[in-house]
Amino acid sequence: MSLAASITVRRGGVTIDLDLDVADGEVLAVLGPNGAGKSTLLRVLAGLLSPDAGRVRVDGVDWDDAAAGVHLLAHERALGMVFQDNLLCPHLSAVDNVAFGLRTRGMRRAEARDRAVGWLARVGLDELGDRRPGQLSGGQAQRTALARALAPEPPLLLLDEPLSALDARTRLTVRAELRRHLAEFPGSTVLVTHDPVDAMALADRVMVVEDGRVVQAGTPVEVARRPRTDYVARLVGLSLLPGTGEGTTVRLDGGGAVAVAEPALGPVFVAVRPESVALYLARPEGSPRNVWPATLTGATPHGATVRCELDGEVPLVADVTATAFAELGLAPGSAVWATVKASEVAVYTR
Amino acid sequence: MTKPERHRRVRDGGVPLPLLLPAAIGVVFLVLPLLGLVLRAPWSELGARLAAPEVGQALRLSLVSATLATVASLVLGVPIAWVLARSRIRGRSVLRALVTVPLVLPPVVGGVALFLVLGRRGVVGQWLFETTGFTIPFTTLAVVLAETFVAMPFLVISVEGALRAADARFEDAAATLGADRWTTFRRVTLPLVAPGIAAGAVLCWARALGEFGATITFAGNFPGTTQTMPLAVYLALQSDPEAAIVLSLILLVVSLATLLLLRDRWLGRAGAAA
Repeated sequence: MSLAASITVRRGGVTIDLDLDVADGEVLAVLGPNGAGKSTLLRVLAGLLSPDAGRVRVDGVDWDDAAAGVHLLAHERALGMVFQDNLLCPHLSAVDNVAFGLRTRGMRRAEARDRAVGWLARVGLDELGDRRPGQLSGGQAQRTALARALAPEPPLLLLDEPLSALDARTRLTVRAELRRHLAEFPGSTVLVTHDPVDAMALADRVMVVEDGRVVQAGTPVEVARRPRTDYVARLVGLSLLPGTGEGTTVRLDGGGAVAVAEPALGPVFVAVRPESVALYLARPEGSPRNVWPATLTGATPHGATVRCELDGEVPLVADVTATAFAELGLAPGSAVWATVKASEVAVYTR
Repeated sequence: MTKPERHRRVRDGGVPLPLLLPAAIGVVFLVLPLLGLVLRAPWSELGARLAAPEVGQALRLSLVSATLATVASLVLGVPIAWVLARSRIRGRSVLRALVTVPLVLPPVVGGVALFLVLGRRGVVGQWLFETTGFTIPFTTLAVVLAETFVAMPFLVISVEGALRAADARFEDAAATLGADRWTTFRRVTLPLVAPGIAAGAVLCWARALGEFGATITFAGNFPGTTQTMPLAVYLALQSDPEAAIVLSLILLVVSLATLLLLRDRWLGRAGAAA
């Protein structure tokens, strides 16, 4: 086990009580809504916050042991962290930002610079090393931030909502790249996100956290297929469809095809959020590329929305408002047309 | 997605009379004295007067002592600002109150206080005199100390504000990259708040340049060693009013130059955004 943590933090009225083990080379996604305690967990792991109780061990060394009074400060811990809004130093060039963590750990300037240039090349930014963060696009800045975190080759990588500040299209490409880098990363990774797609696409294991506690843990497919609580179902009620990418079309293993915005090749997962599925009684006007006839097999109200299970060539789950559900006069057995915009379909390699 | 339409204020230029009248009187009140200074200046003999050795001497002393006071304020004040804005030590609000007292204290009182501590009979001054034979009052050092005492709070307040406005998460990011707090301060915090430090330094320098009360009380009024421009103006006014006008003009020009330096920060668009 590379990272083993069992921590308790009391903040305001919420008690955060989490246990986690992450092996070398493993990616653990901590998924949950805002305020669930995900970021607090990362701050504790990073040493920016002391736990009220518990311990954090990395590679057999205690970073935190509240009972024994052990608390390594953030800068004494060998880790890399990527923040939601990159937090690159605005006064340093991209290369100097990446070299920062190497310099603080005692590497000579020229060598640190060489390494930083190499890391920028690895994230595809060879040409942009001299730019300031303000001159980089959101995606470029986040890739620079990833290079900065990885350059010192830490045993632990912490990712705090690394994609949520990016626009939808950039998120797709950066997510794919992040996936590639995480596969190469030999240490343990903890990814905090509120986006189930990030968790499904990037993690080996998912831990769903609510009100400071784990409500479900398992592989992404397990969690998505067998949500154990209403909350998890709402959060990760993704339709995960295996298929084969053929450019901007994915042939599904179960038959049918899905049009996607980002070209994909080979074995992939297609993920569709329930809220991006729209239902119609008649085949909709215009020509959305993803239109499928389906039969409503089940409907469960969740607050103001109704979760609809659809059977057909492409099995989907759709969330529609209770009002729309009533207006359409839907009932189990109803024949409907389901549509999804290609840009709202997430694709990632299997 | 529709963005909420930004509310646009209609500018019809109309100012209600109860506001317009006092505003106009106020502006005249502020500008007229400066105008008077310019109008009454002995322009024909200006060159000769500026060349007078006393003028150059006082100006040089003023510039040098205000600059030294600013350097001292930077060296001591920036760390104070950091402690006030970033550290978690107890009694910070008391510390802030103490540090900003000179801001509201009449400068003469500051001069008296400095004299009581650093004068030949003072708590520190007596010890200094007995061990080294050196006394601070009535030296150029005293001028610098008096100016630092009065001007440093301006720098501290300004830099503390800049530190509070700067996103402390940049410092968290630096810590996760292995930077200890001192490295983080040098390589991340300082560059982030550099504009605030610069503005504070200019403000501090301007305040030091105009210092009168604490200086004359603690350092006296000796041409060449402690007679700064404001002191020279005051002295000249009693013997040679025209010389006082010339000296005042110089200070006015220096003040306007300071204002120009700060223009982008406080009067321009940046000021509106901040």
